[in-house]
Amino acid sequence: MPEIRYLDALNQAHHEEFERDERVIVMGEDVGRKGGVFGVTMGLYEKFGEDRVIDTPLAESSIVGCAIGMAANGLLPIAEIQFADFIHPAFDQIVSEAARMRYRSNGAFGCPMVIRVPYGGSHGTALYHSQSVEAFYAHVPGLKVVAPYTPYDAKGMLKEAIRDPDPVLFLEHKRMYRIVKGEVPEGDYTVPIGPAVVRREGKDISVFAYGWMLHESLQAAQALAAEGIDVEVVDVRSLRPLDKETILGSVAKTNKALIVYEDNRFVGFGAELAALIAEEAFEDLDGPVTRLAGPDVPGIPFAKPLEQWFWITQEKIASAVRKLAHY
Amino acid sequence: MSAREVTAKAKHLEMGLSDADVLEMYRYIVLARALDDRMWVLQRAGKAMFVISGPGHEGAQVGMMWPLDRKHDWFVPFYRSVAAVLVKGMSPAEILLSLLAKATDPSSGGRQMPAHYGHPRYKILSTSSPVGTQYPHAAGIAYAAKIRRTGEVVITSIGDGGTSQGDWHEALNFAAIHKVPCIFAVENNRYAISVPLNKQMAVPSIALRAQGYGMPGSSVDGNDVLECYRVTKEAYDRAKRGDGPTLIEFRVERLGSHSSDDQQERYRPKEEIEAARQRDPILTFGTYLRSVGLLDDAKDQQLRAEVQREIDEATDVAERAPDPDPATAARHVYYDPDPDNPVDPVWWRGDTDRRR
Repeated sequence: MPEIRYLDALNQAHHEEFERDERVIVMGEDVGRKGGVFGVTMGLYEKFGEDRVIDTPLAESSIVGCAIGMAANGLLPIAEIQFADFIHPAFDQIVSEAARMRYRSNGAFGCPMVIRVPYGGSHGTALYHSQSVEAFYAHVPGLKVVAPYTPYDAKGMLKEAIRDPDPVLFLEHKRMYRIVKGEVPEGDYTVPIGPAVVRREGKDISVFAYGWMLHESLQAAQALAAEGIDVEVVDVRSLRPLDKETILGSVAKTNKALIVYEDNRFVGFGAELAALIAEEAFEDLDGPVTRLAGPDVPGIPFAKPLEQWFWITQEKIASAVRKLAHY
Repeated sequence: MSAREVTAKAKHLEMGLSDADVLEMYRYIVLARALDDRMWVLQRAGKAMFVISGPGHEGAQVGMMWPLDRKHDWFVPFYRSVAAVLVKGMSPAEILLSLLAKATDPSSGGRQMPAHYGHPRYKILSTSSPVGTQYPHAAGIAYAAKIRRTGEVVITSIGDGGTSQGDWHEALNFAAIHKVPCIFAVENNRYAISVPLNKQMAVPSIALRAQGYGMPGSSVDGNDVLECYRVTKEAYDRAKRGDGPTLIEFRVERLGSHSSDDQQERYRPKEEIEAARQRDPILTFGTYLRSVGLLDDAKDQQLRAEVQREIDEATDVAERAPDPDPATAARHVYYDPDPDNPVDPVWWRGDTDRRR
């Protein structure tokens, strides 16, 4: 099976879904002629035309708002937000409208759409091209929020999200686009939204992460194996709905939980994981539920030394694991 | 014979509206007002928590909705759209079920405050409270209609205050770029709760703004029902021809307070409120119908009595309806089909299995 990049897996999912169902459309800034600033929608414009591959005005609220209307009238829109940092003008449309359409109409109207959101820090992306926004949206009933890590999941979960009858916020960590590679079968398959997956079995400590933080955690786990610390790494690829069973099952096995996320630590998504484990796995714990997360500054600063200070690296993860493992 | 000669020259006939049409339009205006009055009575009697409605807007709403194909076309309303949703197909009972937050309220099953209209069977999109968010929805529905070649036209409405929202501007821009079949109505009653128009915008007419987006814009006297119809019909035909969206400002009067939680006497001069009452579309349209020989006192009284009976019956239906069961409060957060639910969420798509 060919190894392809995360980016190419997403592109494949688009092409196959566009081919499969003519109701699927994509809209966003530069998604058409350019194929997206990251290249995720490459080739769609040429193949499927401007009606289905829409270069929109620079206006995030209406990218989502118009997609909601399209979804109400028989299309399956994918709205691309160019950078997570620019999603905020669309907050109202996502939270007040897309997420509530079904509940507020007592089931009469749905909102089958995907909002694709490149997020997270990469090299030199600074305050306004590096944010993590998952905590804002994972908080909202009516939305589904996913952050797949492997290219296999990226393709399968995007297909699943497109076919899902409810709105799905689809988070793609920008740093993974070209770095993360993996085997991806050609042709149709889906990966369900909901289940977490154990990426690396271990018995001493559980690390919970998603997106690029999973990548760093796996690297750290590998390094720690040489020191005799056997780390289990759990991919929390679906933030909402959340797979409590897999998470609690892992804690029951290792008795220690480290939660790693790149977003600001305070009220970040990891806080929900910590609360879940504290409430429901108290008897299993042999150490404090611990979070390793981004510092509480407004964004990742630009200058190299400052950026380095912010980043959650495999070294920082390894050091947090050591501390908790020896607790 | 002589009476027919008078009506043969009547304005409505020149517009292609029959005598039956205009009498039906008048009936909707009277019905909406009677329903409105009943809602306020129920609120004052402590049976309804809250009322927000559209007294004074009915003429514009009936005129603007009349060109639509009520089954085929879409309406994306706002909280004053009482007369408009009646024309689109909702019954007074359905509106009162939502006022009293009953289980069978078709808009939301008692989940939303009153006046948050929505009805899949009549293609009225569910609406929320943030002002202006419905405009991009209408543009998106129209975009889908265009590329799916359904021939549907979409009309959406908003108040003058809503035109200050970014969503309003973004939607007009998107709709004009793609020449979608959408009519953007603004019911300008010159007040956003208490904030007057000159604190809302510096332009003398909302219709002027259409130019900034590259679409035609019209401003029409919202108490002139036939003129409201004529201008909207033009926009409707333009949309049908594939020539894109239109912005229409309907200059209306707000005859009551913003809502049951507001007292307009605190910020509006008495004389202004009195003057507004003189421009009530029931009066202006009634006068027109009398002038063309279609209405007299006896007919008017008969019609009002029939309407009153309809409202009484609707009130009985709504009052007798069951309250929602708390056991259902957690339903429909995500797709959650209910075989017993009378509302089929995807009835018009014909692709239920795909959509699940």
